[in-house]
Amino acid sequence: MINTLRHKDLLGIAELTPEEIALVLDTAEAMKEIGSRTVKKVPALRGKTVVNLFFEPSTRTRTSFEIAEKRLSADTLNVAIGTSSVVKGETLADTALNLEAMNPDMIVLRHSSSGACHLLSRICRSAIINAGDGMHEHPTQALLDAFTIREKKGTLGGLKVAIIGDLVHSRVLRSNIHLLTKMGADVWVCGPPTLIPTDVNRFGVHATSVIQDAVRDADVIMLLRIQLERMEGAYFPSLREYFNVFGMTEERLRAAKPDVMIMHPGPMNRGVEISSEVADGPYSVILEQVSNGVAVRMAVLYLLAGGVEHEEAA
Amino acid sequence: MPVVMDADRIGRTLTRIAHEIVERNKGVEDLALVGVRTRGVHIARRLARSLREITGEEIPTGALDITLYRDDLMRQAVGPQPLVRRTEIPFSIDNRKILLVDDVLYTGRTTRAALDALIDFGRPKAIQLIVLVDRGHRELPIKADYVGKNLPTATDESVQVRLQESDGTDEVVVQQEGR
Repeated sequence: MINTLRHKDLLGIAELTPEEIALVLDTAEAMKEIGSRTVKKVPALRGKTVVNLFFEPSTRTRTSFEIAEKRLSADTLNVAIGTSSVVKGETLADTALNLEAMNPDMIVLRHSSSGACHLLSRICRSAIINAGDGMHEHPTQALLDAFTIREKKGTLGGLKVAIIGDLVHSRVLRSNIHLLTKMGADVWVCGPPTLIPTDVNRFGVHATSVIQDAVRDADVIMLLRIQLERMEGAYFPSLREYFNVFGMTEERLRAAKPDVMIMHPGPMNRGVEISSEVADGPYSVILEQVSNGVAVRMAVLYLLAGGVEHEEAA
Repeated sequence: MPVVMDADRIGRTLTRIAHEIVERNKGVEDLALVGVRTRGVHIARRLARSLREITGEEIPTGALDITLYRDDLMRQAVGPQPLVRRTEIPFSIDNRKILLVDDVLYTGRTTRAALDALIDFGRPKAIQLIVLVDRGHRELPIKADYVGKNLPTATDESVQVRLQESDGTDEVVVQQEGR
């Protein structure tokens, strides 16, 4: 059994081994208990400084990271981009180097450009945690999804997981495909042909535009948000038509396994990718995903705070 | 690799400690056991069984992981983080007498961490410390209330407690380090 991650940063799920994924999930189980205490704080990261650098709007992920950092006793700093020098034209690299000159231990970065975290990883000494980069990866989301599934089903291996929605713009999809296939799940992705990446089969998943095929006997159904802000082209005729063909309704759900889990990374468009009856219904674990997000982020922060052994020293 | 306690000896010792607990606390009212992971938890569960046999009462029993409270956490510039496991204290510790259980008492640093961790859960009426082996060499002002065996050791020796639940056998052995 391993007890450390190999890299100083968490840039994506692609870089993790199945053992590292299991380590994060096991550690998150211990972290989850801390959130149920009266005093929700442990001294593990006392004296560590974490900068939350968010170049894109976010409620869930930013607050989730901030709560996780505070529960581990780290000092946290939120850089709000609207009031920062970025509006004066400073580049990402310069912003990061200036923050780094103040000697933080970790930087949690969300950015609209794919690869932004990799850039910082090369120029920064601090540990970089990817909180979503463009259309590339959102690793902590995939880890919290996996944690939620494992908690209910006991395992990820052998489960049929259907991921339905805007596949082409989704970093959540990419991270989840990497994670679920590494852990042995049977992954189906489904959406309008215009929203399915052309080379998605390369990742070892089944792609379909027939929602019945994706839902049939599924153990887990994950809905992805239709990202209206990233829709420059005409991908489908109307939101109403999308809902009629791909929206998750109670009726469509009947074809899935009786103990199916409904997941959504948020924020939801009710009446577009998911009906309110399903979102608030008995199969939905959407709010549990949010609770588990804190535990999973605590696990990632804890595991990366120790650094990694240099290869030459090992 | 001298065996300093075998299965019989460990069994008799824990029974004796259970009787001492009842004597000292004049019964088992308000008592709860909390074991320090990993082997302290096994010892706490065994003590709970003994106490049930002696008094017929069920003593609440919990498990405490002290990793996040260790004073050597983050001390090394780089290095793997110790594994964190789940703390399970399914009862309120407020106004209870907590019997804190560990396998070996050495520098006292684990006990210090356990005391801090426990107090984050509430305000117990008292905390009493139970250890199977006290091997000396304290670095903090900490003393056990119940000791299974006092074992004088050298600092270059290591004391291994093996228990059926985690190691498949019951024994305490002293080893020269680096062998």
